[in-house]
Amino acid sequence: MVATTGSHDVMRTADGVPLRIKLRRAERMRKVWAITLVAPLFLFLVVGFILPIISLLSLSIEDPDLTEGFPRTAEMFQEWDGEGFPPPEAMATFAEELAVAGRGEFGRAAKRLNYDISGFKSMVKKTARKSEELALLSPEQMLDGFIKIDKDWGDPAYWLVIKNASSYYTDYYLLWSLDLQRDKEREIVGVSPDRAIYVDVLLRTIEISFAVTLLCFLLGLPIAYLLATLPTRISNLLLILVLLPFWTSLLVRTTSWIVLLQNEGLINDAALWLGLWNEPQELIRNRFGVYVAMVHILLPFMVLPMYSVMKTINPWHMRAAASLGAPGWKAFLKVYFPQCMPGVAAGTLLVFILSLGYYITPALVGGPSDQMTSYWIVQNMGRTANWGLGAALSVVLLLLTLVMFFIYNRFVGVDRLKVN
Amino acid sequence: MKSVLRVSAAVLAGAALAGLQAPSAVLAQDTVTVASWGGAYSASQREAYYKPAAKEIDMTVLEDEWGGTLSEIRVQVDSGEYKWHVIDSESGTAMAGCDEGLLAEIDWEMMGGMDRFFPGAALDCSVGTISWATIYSYNGDVYSGDNVPTTIADFFDLEKFPGKRGLYANSPAASLEMALMADGVPADEVYAYLSDNEEEAIDRAFAKLESIKDEVIWWDTGAMPPQLLADGEVAMSTAWNGRIYNAVVKEGKNFVIVWDGQTIDYDHWIIPAGHPEYDLGMKFIEYASRPEVMARQSQYISYGPTTAEAGVLINPDILQHLPTAAANLENALWVDTVWWADHEEELTERFQVWRSQ
Repeated sequence: MVATTGSHDVMRTADGVPLRIKLRRAERMRKVWAITLVAPLFLFLVVGFILPIISLLSLSIEDPDLTEGFPRTAEMFQEWDGEGFPPPEAMATFAEELAVAGRGEFGRAAKRLNYDISGFKSMVKKTARKSEELALLSPEQMLDGFIKIDKDWGDPAYWLVIKNASSYYTDYYLLWSLDLQRDKEREIVGVSPDRAIYVDVLLRTIEISFAVTLLCFLLGLPIAYLLATLPTRISNLLLILVLLPFWTSLLVRTTSWIVLLQNEGLINDAALWLGLWNEPQELIRNRFGVYVAMVHILLPFMVLPMYSVMKTINPWHMRAAASLGAPGWKAFLKVYFPQCMPGVAAGTLLVFILSLGYYITPALVGGPSDQMTSYWIVQNMGRTANWGLGAALSVVLLLLTLVMFFIYNRFVGVDRLKVN
Repeated sequence: MKSVLRVSAAVLAGAALAGLQAPSAVLAQDTVTVASWGGAYSASQREAYYKPAAKEIDMTVLEDEWGGTLSEIRVQVDSGEYKWHVIDSESGTAMAGCDEGLLAEIDWEMMGGMDRFFPGAALDCSVGTISWATIYSYNGDVYSGDNVPTTIADFFDLEKFPGKRGLYANSPAASLEMALMADGVPADEVYAYLSDNEEEAIDRAFAKLESIKDEVIWWDTGAMPPQLLADGEVAMSTAWNGRIYNAVVKEGKNFVIVWDGQTIDYDHWIIPAGHPEYDLGMKFIEYASRPEVMARQSQYISYGPTTAEAGVLINPDILQHLPTAAANLENALWVDTVWWADHEEELTERFQVWRSQ
């Protein structure tokens, strides 16, 4: 018997292929099939999510305007130690590259330099127009030649700005997005007050998000409780009332608030007619309008997770608590509410994180001092075409979201979330 | 990393283009897409240029709207996927775009030379299409009788004329000059003052704006000022003159334009750099700049032409509503595009920070 097992120790299928191999093949087919099914989503994530974030991160630490437009100048200025004036050879190279620079390279570099000292752009332009004068000079005469074209070249600060823009990787934009800059000694210091805005905006973003989340929670809790405890026939009707705005476009809901809240809007007209106040009140283009519109828009994100959790809580628990002598409020706080926590956690996290990135609603119903970080990202990416700063602000907002998420995870625990 | 961005931009632009260009395959004639500002202004261009172009030069013109920012053009130039052949742009944007190499240079030989145009309307990369003004307008129901605003100083006088003011949110251009004129700087000295005593002049302008800041409601599209005036949200507002004209003539609103202290500027036709169908874009611009064609537009909106040849063809009834009518020019300022090209970025930044504080 022992001898015959030699040919039989491998189990075979009907067509004679060893079972182990056949099984492995089937397993592999299943894997390929599974990967094929996931591939579109994976590709979508890479193209639509991961690549943009990577390019955003890199935009925020790149400073290509000078290094690409004036490569040799950038190289020589990087070697200069920043004391006094740059070596004459570096100045001569700068003059040479100014004379031959194409419109695009030149314009972007000039714009970049202008970020640091206003008026630098026109000074560089003027110098470029007269660069043939500089070509005739020996290196020793170079500085005087520059000063002859514009006396400001006699100020080392201008040359230092060129040096600071000369390295390809930079913390310039990230610092700027936190109202910081590097001074002459490369120390990090605050920017002048008429430029400092982004820290304020960031704090404002957090403040608005907190307030909106709190308001949503206070308003959403009773609604969710009602929905979960009323008879199904009525609660389904009420649920539709929560879902209907949820399904309506955000833009439509925001603009409806403009109609309602403006000076000659419905609310002011009604209040004047009822004699609640004597002249139209400012209900819009201020923080009040932002809170009203954002809470209205985000409320379903709070109500729905809480409702779905409350629905699963056994109503007998409350009765049991009552029969043991707990007053209604105590039974609610000690027995009911702790069981709602997964829904509360999911709702508050959803609302808070969505609020952090809000743009269109504050832009439409808020005043200039109610605009959040997203507004300034759009401002820099779009209007002023300062992609470096726009990207840096995006990075700050992304980091803020992650930090908030981790703090939240630490105290509430993401594993307690329940959304479905 | 730029290449990643470029690829994603190309993919997106390509998808958008595939949708846009599908009809052009059916049409045998030339097709160009022109991006402009929408509303009453685009309507006037449609009547004056786009519709007649089909008959007169066998060209189909498709319309699009844009937000007026260079980054919209940069994405197309960087990716090589062009949505627009020709764009109607503000002068400052046209100038900055030219400096940054985002715009194609104009074939001035084809255009019949730069001298045909008013000074400042013919630039290396752009051709003036209209002259327009930022004016201020008040609601005739709010101020009437003898006590009505007549000067630019009245706009800043909250004691004499209480009420909310509308100001442009996106840029300090025009508001800055108006503030200085209201503070007593004569129109023809504004830019000299700004160039010679830059810091002092700008601080002074911001201080003047600060004096009405609490009463300001900010507008960011041309259609908003007439709307704000009509809704009673503001008592007076700066505005683009054509939009107010339109509200008065077409909608019968009781708005009054104050021409004192108006700032006059041009809008320009531009072509994105490296456009494979540059010739079609030029063909459209050349057509739209013919005197008889250009003169048509003011029948539909009160913006003026940019060449003298077109100016003489304009109906005198309309002429009085144009920024360039003699009676309206008594205390007018021509916007210095070169000065703005140098200062736009830093002043816009300072302005936005100031607004937000």
